[in-house]
Parts: sequence; structure tokens; C-alpha cells
Amino acid sequence: MKLNELTITRARNLLEKKEITSLALTEDCLKRIEEAEPKIHALVTVAKDTALEQAAGIDKKRAAGEKTGRLAGIPTIIKDCICTRDVKSTASSKMLYNYVPIYDAHVIEKLKAQDYVLVAKANMDEFAMGSSTENSGFGVTKNPWDLERVPGGSSGGSAAAVAADEAIFALGSDTGGSVRQPAGFCGVVGVKPTYGTVSRYGLMAFASSLDQIGPITKSVEDAAIVMNTISGRDERDSTSAIMQYPDYEKDMKKDVRGMKVGVPREYLEQEMSSDVRNIFEESIRQFKDMGATVETTSLPTFDYALSAYYIISSAEVSSNLARFDGIRYGYRTKEYADLKEMYKKTRSEGFGDEVKRRIMLGNYVLSSGYYDAYYLKALKVRTLIKNDFEEQFKKFDFLLSPVTPTPAFKIGEKSTPMEMYVSDLFTVPVNIAGMSAISLPAGLSDEGLPINIQVITNAFCENTMFRAAYNFEQAAGFAAKPAL
Amino acid sequence: MKYEKVIGLEVHAELSTKTKIFCGCKNEFGADQNTNVCPVCLSMPGMLPVLNGQVVQYGVRAGMALGCEIPNFSKMDRKNYTYPDLSKSYQISQFEFPLCKRGSVLIETEDGQHEIGITRIHIEEDAGKLVHQSGFSQVDYNRGGVPLIEIVTEPDLRSADEVKVFLETVKANLEFIDVSDCKMQEGSLRCDVNISVRPEGQEKFGTRTELKNLNSFSAIFRAIDYESGRQIEVLEDGGTVLQETRRWDDLQGKSYPMRDKEEAHDYRYFPDPDLVPIFLTDEEINVIRDSMPELPAAKKDRYIKTFGLSAYDASILTNSKFTAEYFEQCVLQYPNPKAVCNYIMVDMLKMLNESGTDPSRIPVPAGDLCGLLKLVEDGVINSSVGKQVFEDMFKTGKPPAQIVEEKGLKQIDDTQAIHEIVLQIIKANPKPAADYRSGNKKAMTFFVGQVMKATKGKANPKTVNELVQKELDQ
Repeated sequence: MKLNELTITRARNLLEKKEITSLALTEDCLKRIEEAEPKIHALVTVAKDTALEQAAGIDKKRAAGEKTGRLAGIPTIIKDCICTRDVKSTASSKMLYNYVPIYDAHVIEKLKAQDYVLVAKANMDEFAMGSSTENSGFGVTKNPWDLERVPGGSSGGSAAAVAADEAIFALGSDTGGSVRQPAGFCGVVGVKPTYGTVSRYGLMAFASSLDQIGPITKSVEDAAIVMNTISGRDERDSTSAIMQYPDYEKDMKKDVRGMKVGVPREYLEQEMSSDVRNIFEESIRQFKDMGATVETTSLPTFDYALSAYYIISSAEVSSNLARFDGIRYGYRTKEYADLKEMYKKTRSEGFGDEVKRRIMLGNYVLSSGYYDAYYLKALKVRTLIKNDFEEQFKKFDFLLSPVTPTPAFKIGEKSTPMEMYVSDLFTVPVNIAGMSAISLPAGLSDEGLPINIQVITNAFCENTMFRAAYNFEQAAGFAAKPAL
Repeated sequence: MKYEKVIGLEVHAELSTKTKIFCGCKNEFGADQNTNVCPVCLSMPGMLPVLNGQVVQYGVRAGMALGCEIPNFSKMDRKNYTYPDLSKSYQISQFEFPLCKRGSVLIETEDGQHEIGITRIHIEEDAGKLVHQSGFSQVDYNRGGVPLIEIVTEPDLRSADEVKVFLETVKANLEFIDVSDCKMQEGSLRCDVNISVRPEGQEKFGTRTELKNLNSFSAIFRAIDYESGRQIEVLEDGGTVLQETRRWDDLQGKSYPMRDKEEAHDYRYFPDPDLVPIFLTDEEINVIRDSMPELPAAKKDRYIKTFGLSAYDASILTNSKFTAEYFEQCVLQYPNPKAVCNYIMVDMLKMLNESGTDPSRIPVPAGDLCGLLKLVEDGVINSSVGKQVFEDMFKTGKPPAQIVEEKGLKQIDDTQAIHEIVLQIIKANPKPAADYRSGNKKAMTFFVGQVMKATKGKANPKTVNELVQKELDQ
């Protein structure tokens, strides 16, 4: 048995029964990393020595009969825009090529409190801007299912690593689909929690009003377990929800009989590959078979979500990324005559094209004379989209949609930014509306590429989301693995 | 043609909260460079601001003191511009929905009372400081994230004198409510001036310029005089005043237009998505209102009505929280408000000025001043010796009785001893004595002065007067 292929549930079980050790589990993951990395390049930093140390430490703790955490000894991969104390965190940008945080993100503190093992930091699109991980400052990640294809993005490294069993699970971040879309391209489970559920403290900001950290796992149950660890109120993030946080594993295994499912027709009206369409329709049948009622519905503002998203997120980016000025940390150009030139060269050399494009776009939409026409209008559109979704959840327990219009595309295939942006079409509305959603495997395309579906639930209704997803996962029985 | 100045101010005051506005770093002046900093105020990646509730409370107090409305809703916005001392390359401030709005302050100058409108008061963060040395520029971020309020006035001020009184009034109010130290020399109170001129009687405002880099009260007044003069000159020469930001050079005593690049900012304000709006319920606002202390204007009225002080004295005493508190402490122990007031107004203020001591650091305990007043009242020392003793108290911090003891300053009441001295002095000065006797009664003061001198001012002045007159009249 290759231990690195285990799910959290299974590994935890074996560890608790002392049938395996965390050291062995971690060693298997590291071995797999050595094999797979030359092919897929999912990782930017491998913390081999500390991982082995942590694993051995937890084994010792367990052997001594001490209480261990919920994720004790579980090898984990973290997206590189999530700050890990004393471990380089670059957001895959040359701008932060040497940045070692002196603090842990809130989610890392929470994982540490549950005795996790950090094995590596995952590659991503620079500062999470992109849908293919081609925008990384440190090289393209390849899809483990087909090395000529992208793993999706921006959490492409995290998704590819989990699909390739380089670890038991990973964390990504999702601003417009950056967890769900790569999970879809790599055939794993990815969750975008409701905005405010997971603290953004220590997550390098892309678009502050949209960013959420979410788990990428090998099963729905694993995702719920991770959510139980990383969610919760954090005083250091003012947007962190003040509420009684649910037990995400609770009621997950209850059946879905009688649940009401909405399928927005705007999704189906989009251009999509026949594989995606067929598998989605198959999924609808599956839910019906399980006793849910499925109805077509409508999200009239669907068409405006992508535009609003690119205006709002770019506006926030232009401001969030202004701090990378070469003064205090990170990259600074070698030669410069004065301050102005230092700024200009540092930022020109430190940022990639996509990041620069969004910074320019963001500055434009916030400029005097354009603010009302773009940014302010986008905020209004956002409210309408949110209202639209809320209306739906008066009628339905959850909405069902495909995750992407096509399976993973080829590296270099999307030649213009617009083509790339459109691949977020199905995921973006969820962020704009502040809802929760999960992307989970539903089948394979004719070419043998994974295709996921998306279960969307109302804000703070993740329990319903997990329940629907768990039931579907059990019924669909997706068990394919990439032949890497 | 006669011209009228039209002036509006933007006053920045640092709030004296314990910690910074968005992190837990200490808010203190004068610490070693970059010691009051953390990942949040250094704007390291992934760090988030959390609004300090004390800042909101202090801002609301300031708004109440300056007669503002306190809306239930306000929010924080980002003001985007890049400079090394601004670690995020944006300042978190307030744009559309400030914490306080529409207030007014009543000021009194020689030509009467004036109501100065307050447009708004908002809260924001301060930037760090550039330190230039030996060819390098370094940044000290200690001040980065120190909370500020910006008080924006209507263009209601008409002279440098009004500006002076207005700033003093604002400063006194902020001190009284304990929200700011208002120390200009430490930069905790700063001020930009918007100024235009118009022919007297004209309704329409002239084109204004904005003056920056005004680091002291005197710089503000000099800059107003210079800039209004410059604008008048431009108009008289048939030119037009350009709307621009000008930098005050205090050494040259002139203002210069800031380079285009420095002022052509589009700040691209937008709501800060890292922070949630500020909601204040009526109840919360009322709790703050109930905690407001007596403000300078009310105090001044009370001093006039209850203590019978002159309007002038009352306004000077209430110009500073510290002199007012000191006065009240003294009156509690020595219930003669006028005598106390005289000492503070004349002797204390003179010593504070001469020594450059801040009224917050009065070195004479209130009890000691009362002790001194008691010594004079009881005739242990005479009043002019009292003034000497006060100077010593101020300089040494010693209690009055000790100084009187050590220096042997007790009043000489021994009539016989004084009589002898009087006789000696009359004898030694036959000419003035003859003058007196031939009708020049003023000559008497000469003898009194000589006697006082001979006794080092300690002789009981009443006795001296009586004896001198008696002997000369004989």
C-alpha cells in the first residue's frame, strides 16, 4: 500500500490504530514528490527536513499516549500565498522570491494546533491571478492527468499535488474559482467556503472582498474535516464572521431525499464541451435517483458576474499590491538613480504580465472620472447578483452547475487574456455573491480527463453543501486516478 | 482696494490612544527607530488592519467637543498614493462617510464673536518618517499607523488672528477631552491652510491656494500674511491666482508652488474591503456624550460667574486644561479665586514662558502655591518677597516655607529695628528730606525704597510707610 494515496479519514484511522506511523506516511509523500515533481512541477518549496521532524515528533507524542490533534501527522501542502512562518512564501512571484514570513497565517496556526505536517508549498498563478498556473513566476505546473495540459489555477499546484498523491490534502485560495476550477481540472474535491468563514489573516491578498482559503482533498468527507479545522472567528480579520460555527461533518451522511435542487438555465445556455454537458446531465439524473427534486431556474444577472468580478477584483489588486515597492522586503532592482526609478524598475521586473495587466485595469477603474462608471457600477451589480442568489435559496436547498465549460485545456492554448478569463465563468458568480460551493469529481471525458460538478449553497449553509456532495460522491463512485 | 482674506483649515491631530489605529503597537513619541512596529504596520503580505475602538471613541469625543453631528454609520476608505513612509502605499482614511460632520466652534477675537463651521472630522492613520543621513534615506515606521483626526473647517476664517484663536480653541478642547496632546513641536498637531483673497464686500470667493508644511503656530501666521499679500499683488498686477498647492519655506519666509508631480494625485479612494463599516447606535453615542467633561467655553463662563474673574483671565486660564485644572485645585485649598488667578496669570505664566515649560509640566504643586499665598496673607512674608519666593519655588521645586526659612525672608515686624533704620536713612539723605519738607511729598517714596532695600525687602511695608512719614513730618 502506498500510504501517500490515503485520504485523511483512512490515514487518521490507521495512525490511530498505530498500524502506520506519520513518519512512514510523510516519507511516502516525499518519495512521491521526488518521482512526480520532475513531471508536474506542482511545488515551489519542499520542506523535507522539517516535515520529517514534525512527523517523528507527532509519532513520539502518539506513542507516549499524549493527546494528538485532529490532523495529527497528516502530510499537507499549502498554497504559496498562505504565509508559513520560517518557510519561504512567495505567492509564486519574483517580487517575493526570498520572502520568509515571521508569522503564520491563521489557518496555519489552526493546522499546527491539530498537529499537521507541512510537506511543501504549492505553485500557483502569481498572486493568484490566473486560471492555469501558467502565470507562476517559477514555472508552469502540469496536469497529472495529461502533462500537456494545465492543472487549472490559480491553486493549480495544490490541486495537481493532491491529484498526484504528493500529500494527503492541500489548501488553496479561491477568489473567482481558484480552488474549484483546478480541483475540476485535476479530478479532486475543492471547497470555496462562504466569505467570512475562514480568516484571511496571513493570506496574501489578491481581492480582499472575495478571497477565501479552502481545502483541496481526495474526498468530500476530508474537505469537511479540514473545514472543521480551518474555519472560525479570528479577531485579526475584521471580515471574519461572528457566529456559532457549525460542525461541518454533521448530517453529511444523511440522504438527500426530498431536497430541492435548482439548475440555473444561464449555465446551460453557455457554450460547453459535450463531455461536460453529458456528465452534468448525468449528475442531475443521479440526484433525481437519490430522491432529490431537480428544477430548472434562472439567475438573470449571471451574465454580468464576470465583468463585475474583473472590475472589483482588479480595483482591489491595484491597491493591495501597491505595497510591493522594494522598500521593506522582497525584490528590489539592482541599479537605480532615484526613488522613482527604483519603484518603476522593481515593479516592472518583479511582477509578471498578468499581474501588471490587472494593476493597470484596477487603477483605471478607480480613477477619477471612471469610478462611477466602472467600480461603483460593479458594486451595484454585485448587490443584484447577491439578491439573485438569495432569491434562489428561498426555493432551493442548493444549486447545481458544471465547474468549467471544458475539461483541462492545453498549456499555451488560451492565447488572449479574455479567453482565459472566460474559464472562470461558472465559478465567479459564487464569489461575487459571497456564497459557498464545492467542486467534486463526476466523471471522465472521452479523452480521460476529469470533469467536476459544482454544488452551490447559500451563505453559511456548508452543511447542506457537504451533504449533497457526500451523497453524490458515494453514488457516483468516482475512483479514477491519473496514470502519472 | 481693500481685500479680505478667506481661510479654511485642515487640522491634523494625533490621538493619544494607547495603541496604534490598526495594530497593537504602542503609540508613543520618541521611541528608538522602528521599535514600535509589527507585521501589520509594516504592511507585510497577508497582514490585515483591525480598527482600534478607542480611536473611534476619541474621534467621536472630538466631534462632540467641536459641536458635530455623529452619524450612526461611517466607514473606512483607502487613499492610494505611493511614498516610502507609507508602508501599504495607501492610507486608510475616511472619504464619503466621516465619523463626525457639520459642527461649529465659537471663537472670540477683539472684534467680537465668530462662528467657525466644521465641515467634517474623520479618522485616519499617520505615515512613518523619512530620515535622511549621510547620503541615504531611511524610513522610521514608528509613527506609521498612529491615529489621527483630520478636522476640516468651512472657509469661515478671515484673519491670521482668527486662525490663531480658532487653533487655540481647538487645541484647548482636544486637551480637555483627553484625546490629543496637541504638541506642535512633536508634530501631534499639524495644519494645512486653504486661503484666498477677495475685494472687501465681494460675495464670490477668490481662487484659493493650499499651503502645506506649516510646522508651528508662527509659521501658520507668517504664511497667511505672506500668501495673502502675494495673492493681492498678483490681482493688483492684473493677474489671476492659480489654484495650486504651495509649500511654505519657513526659513525664506515664502511659499513656493509644489512641483506638479507632488500634487497631481488621483487618490483613487475606494472603501477598504479589509474593514467593516462603523455602526454606532444612539445608545453608544449617548454613552460617550455622557462621559464628556466640562469644555473650555463652559468652564470660562463658570469662572466668570462663580469666581468673579474677568473674561480675559477666565479665557486665558481655560486655554489650557492644565492651567484650568491647576487653578481649580488651588481654589479648593485656598478659596480666594482672584488671588490664585493673579498668581497664575502673572507669575506662573511668566515663568512658564521664560523657561519654555509646557503647562502640562507645572513644577509647583498646587498645595505649595496655596502655602505661599497663606504666608503672604498671614504676613509671614510680604507680597513682593512672595514673588521672589515663587520664582525660587518654580526653579527648585522646594516648598515656600523652606525657601523662606533658608533665605531668611521672614518679614521684619520689629518696629524698633525698622525705626532705627528709618532714622539712619533720613539722616544720611538730608537733601531729599529737605525736599519733602519743602512740599515735595513724592520724595517719601525714595525713603521707603531705601528702607526696603536696606532690609532686603523684608520689612513690613506698612510699618515702614508709617514710620517714614512720621519722621519726615516731624
